[in-house]
Amino acid sequence: MNIFLPILPEISIFISAIFLLLLGLFIKNIKLIINLAVVTLILAIVFVIYQPIGTAFNNSLVNDEFSKVIKILILLGSLASIIMYHSSRKDLNIDLYEFPILILLATIGMLVMASANDLIAIFIGLELQSLTLYVLASLNRNHLASSEAGLKYFLLGALSSGLLLFGLSYIYGFTGNTNLNLISTTVAPGNIGLIIGIVFVTSGLAFKVSAVPFHMWTPDVYEGAPTPVTAFFAMAPKVAAIAVAVRFLIVGFSDVAFEWQQIIIFLSIASMVFAAFAAIAQTNIKRLMAYSSIGHVGYALIGLACGTEQGISSIVIYLSIYLVMNIGVFSFILSMKYKGEHYENISDLSGLYKNHPYYSVIITVFMFSLAGIPPLAGFFGKFYIFIAAIESNLMLLAIIGILASVVGAFYYLRIIKVIYFDEEKHSFDGFNHKSLHLLIHPSAFLIILFCLYPLPLINIANYAANAFY
Amino acid sequence: MDALNMDNALGEYLPVLIFLILSFVIGCLFVFVNFIAARHNPDPAKNSPYECGFDEFGDSRMKFDVRFYLVTLLFIIFDLEVVFLFPWAITFGSLGLFGYLSMMAFLGVLTIGFIYEWKKGALEWQ
Repeated sequence: MNIFLPILPEISIFISAIFLLLLGLFIKNIKLIINLAVVTLILAIVFVIYQPIGTAFNNSLVNDEFSKVIKILILLGSLASIIMYHSSRKDLNIDLYEFPILILLATIGMLVMASANDLIAIFIGLELQSLTLYVLASLNRNHLASSEAGLKYFLLGALSSGLLLFGLSYIYGFTGNTNLNLISTTVAPGNIGLIIGIVFVTSGLAFKVSAVPFHMWTPDVYEGAPTPVTAFFAMAPKVAAIAVAVRFLIVGFSDVAFEWQQIIIFLSIASMVFAAFAAIAQTNIKRLMAYSSIGHVGYALIGLACGTEQGISSIVIYLSIYLVMNIGVFSFILSMKYKGEHYENISDLSGLYKNHPYYSVIITVFMFSLAGIPPLAGFFGKFYIFIAAIESNLMLLAIIGILASVVGAFYYLRIIKVIYFDEEKHSFDGFNHKSLHLLIHPSAFLIILFCLYPLPLINIANYAANAFY
Repeated sequence: MDALNMDNALGEYLPVLIFLILSFVIGCLFVFVNFIAARHNPDPAKNSPYECGFDEFGDSRMKFDVRFYLVTLLFIIFDLEVVFLFPWAITFGSLGLFGYLSMMAFLGVLTIGFIYEWKKGALEWQ
């Protein structure tokens, strides 16, 4: 049974998910199932940390430094969304015990994606994750917007999977291998078929990370899906899909980097600029966060466009900070409720400062950090990305990124303006929820104090980037 | 030389070509023989493509029963299970204990799925 040791986290989550599915049928205690799911994820984090570095199943799965760090980020994202679900399941009409189980199943898919080193493993991981996400988006099936979100996500997700698979078939056809390490030995510049394959796979992955011009589903799905699901979408699947893109392009095709670099540069510029301008007109805060996540993916892709060790390390730093900021913001959005009713419009935050001065300060911290204002963590995430871009002579990309973040600062600052200077409107009672305190305070703490002690994260990121060079 | 190889390569597909033509001819034959030889005594139930279910060429905004799809989906799962069982059963002798346990794990997961759908009431028509 030694061959199963490298996938111990995946197997343990899988067994737990199957067991919980049975348990939930016979015991009507959703809280117990949530607790067991949380324990499973924590256990999986421990397994990932103590896992030896190596390969499994004929090198189709790899446990290296990069996959370990990415897996921990994914597991933290899943953990946070289960806790968010617990805080709001009754009010949002999604009091189903299947939610934590679906999150666990999606997490397995994402863990496979993080260590996939083979075209087939990439596709299986991606599909395992996507199929679960379609169900999650339409979880509140009595709600029109949620069903619509699920259907839209399913149709566009299926289309993108088709594009991806088509590209993978081209790559297999022109290299004769499905393993990324073997593919990299046969890659030669000027092979048109291979470039078509890379373009299609990159488009498919761009759909999954919602990079412009493949972003159309994001705002509708983020707005329609129940808020804990939106939080999950914004955190874990993005990290996993970026990890797949990094491993696919860096391990498989670093010899033809100049071919795919221009695609990534285009995706990155388009995402940053589009998200900055499109978010200005938004009134719904979940929709705003959708555009914000499109923009943040654009920044993370700068690191990939560099293709250097520093670039990969800056991606890991950026994704970690992005994850923490999203945990904070979505916990805050879930707290925006009064007597069981959730509010999602930016105008509902009007005059929040008068009723909740403490939480107004906290959301200000999150918004400043998302906008990239020093000395908060979000600034350092962008800082390392831009440094990596400048060192790789991608000066234009860095300049456009900085300009886009100036435009982007407007819509984050607008929320702060509404909170501090507008007429008082609502008082919320959702801030008293204990499980949300578990998320809001640590994430705010980490964002504020990152500037004092950034070394651990930088070391972890360098450790992760080491896997490829 | 190349041309010769080409001919050989195509020659290997001759049975496929014959099979294609034959199946096309037989398929058409069955339809036409039916058309000519069968007794014509139409009534609304006979003219409808399916005896049960709903009319497929109607207003697209009509109401239809989702349960048909549910039953189909539940059927597909177990249909696919059989598809996996066939190659497994044929090579069972050379697979050994590992092959046996893999299939048992697969069947176990499907059984748990079956228990889930049963307990959730997906198999009951009402």
